[in-house]
Amino acid sequence: MRSPPPILPLEVRELCYSANGVDLLHDISVSFSAGPVTIILGPNGAGKSLLLRLCHGLLEPTGGTVRWRGGGNPVRRHAMVFQRPVLLRRAVAANISHALKLHGLNRHDRRQRTQAALAQAGLTDLAQRQARLLSGGEQQRLAFARAWALSPQVLFLDEPTASLDPAATRAIESMIEGFRTIGTKIVMTTHDLGQARRLADEVLFLNQGRLVENGPADRFFAGPRSEQGRAFIAGDLLW
Amino acid sequence: MPEFAAAVAAALELIVTLDGDLLAIILLSLKVNLTALALSLVVGLPLGAIVGLYDFPGRRLVIVVLNALMGLPPVVVGLIVYLLLSRSGPFGVLGLLFTPTAMIIAQVILVTPIIAALSRQVIADLWAEYCEQLRSFGATSWQSMTTLLWDARFSLVTTILAGFGRASAEVGAVMIVGGNIDHVTRIMTTAIALETSKGNLTLALGLGIVLLLITLTVNAAAYAVREGAARRAALV
Repeated sequence: MRSPPPILPLEVRELCYSANGVDLLHDISVSFSAGPVTIILGPNGAGKSLLLRLCHGLLEPTGGTVRWRGGGNPVRRHAMVFQRPVLLRRAVAANISHALKLHGLNRHDRRQRTQAALAQAGLTDLAQRQARLLSGGEQQRLAFARAWALSPQVLFLDEPTASLDPAATRAIESMIEGFRTIGTKIVMTTHDLGQARRLADEVLFLNQGRLVENGPADRFFAGPRSEQGRAFIAGDLLW
Repeated sequence: MPEFAAAVAAALELIVTLDGDLLAIILLSLKVNLTALALSLVVGLPLGAIVGLYDFPGRRLVIVVLNALMGLPPVVVGLIVYLLLSRSGPFGVLGLLFTPTAMIIAQVILVTPIIAALSRQVIADLWAEYCEQLRSFGATSWQSMTTLLWDARFSLVTTILAGFGRASAEVGAVMIVGGNIDHVTRIMTTAIALETSKGNLTLALGLGIVLLLITLTVNAAAYAVREGAARRAALV
């Protein structure tokens, strides 16, 4: 199978977003390259989810640009998993195979990839269950399995474990490791510092809609350069 | 009320013995109502999905008009279709007036807005939930529409029922454009109206009982489908 052309790096330049006259993101410039896991950190309302949605193309920026390598928005080569998984009113396996159908895969490929993704997520036994009757953790695993089946080059994760218990969180983190192993670029938001330490190769720290810090994770956790970064690491409240 | 009891008994006898006249009227009614419903679904469901899904100039106006059309007075629709199909009207050459086809046309006009307006609401609610995910999949407009219609199928049962209810209960429009001609355009509702005014309560009651039974059966079946789905899967 011929692999599709690479879509990274993703260049974000002077990105702004405002709604109803309120500026929510100011002047964000950052480059996402293949490889390292990028964690976007910051308090609630910092603009983390907004940045992901703008990169993924769910929102149009009010200023600046989001430029993928090769141009355009190669929407079928990057995927996103949301904090609350959006599952179709169908069986577990059908949730995956329908997404593949939307991507134009034939029946044979759909079946193969669905089975592989179910196995990867440990959901094979639940394949014929209705997706919306699964537990919260299982639902999120299904959302990850669906993303796995789509084999994206970049996976955007918007606080994927924010409403999960520790066991379910661990399952999701091991799936994230699985994506990293096969070379999928992960861009993930979280406000869980422990999780960020476990997963991050590089950190973007946002506060009040501005990009405050951007660099290797170990450097950020060892000693943030900004006062806001230091306060965040120390667990002080930011607003 | 010995008269009433006798009429009911006679009506039940008509039903049990499958009286020829009664049967012909029932079959024609079902044919007209179900054909009208099917055509209304073909037009109304995609229309509802499009208005539910897309933002376009004049969308609010379309929603208001669709909602208003749900309450169209059947006699007015009957009158308009009558004028259009009458010999001096624009479609007079087709010779459709006083045929079952004319009745179907009138009922399609009455039922389509109900299907479109109610399905629009169902689709819009589901779209609010699915929007980001379907766009994330890179789904085309057509793919989004078919996904939504399929996933809303159990909720849409109620919509379809409402359409069937309108078609099967309606008398004003079909009376005008069909003419209530015996063995040609006489259906249950028009026959009940006629037989009642003639004082032939037996046939009127017999038809009334059948109409009620059909409505009850259809609703019970739809309820079972919906409840079954809800129990199995939180699908609605």
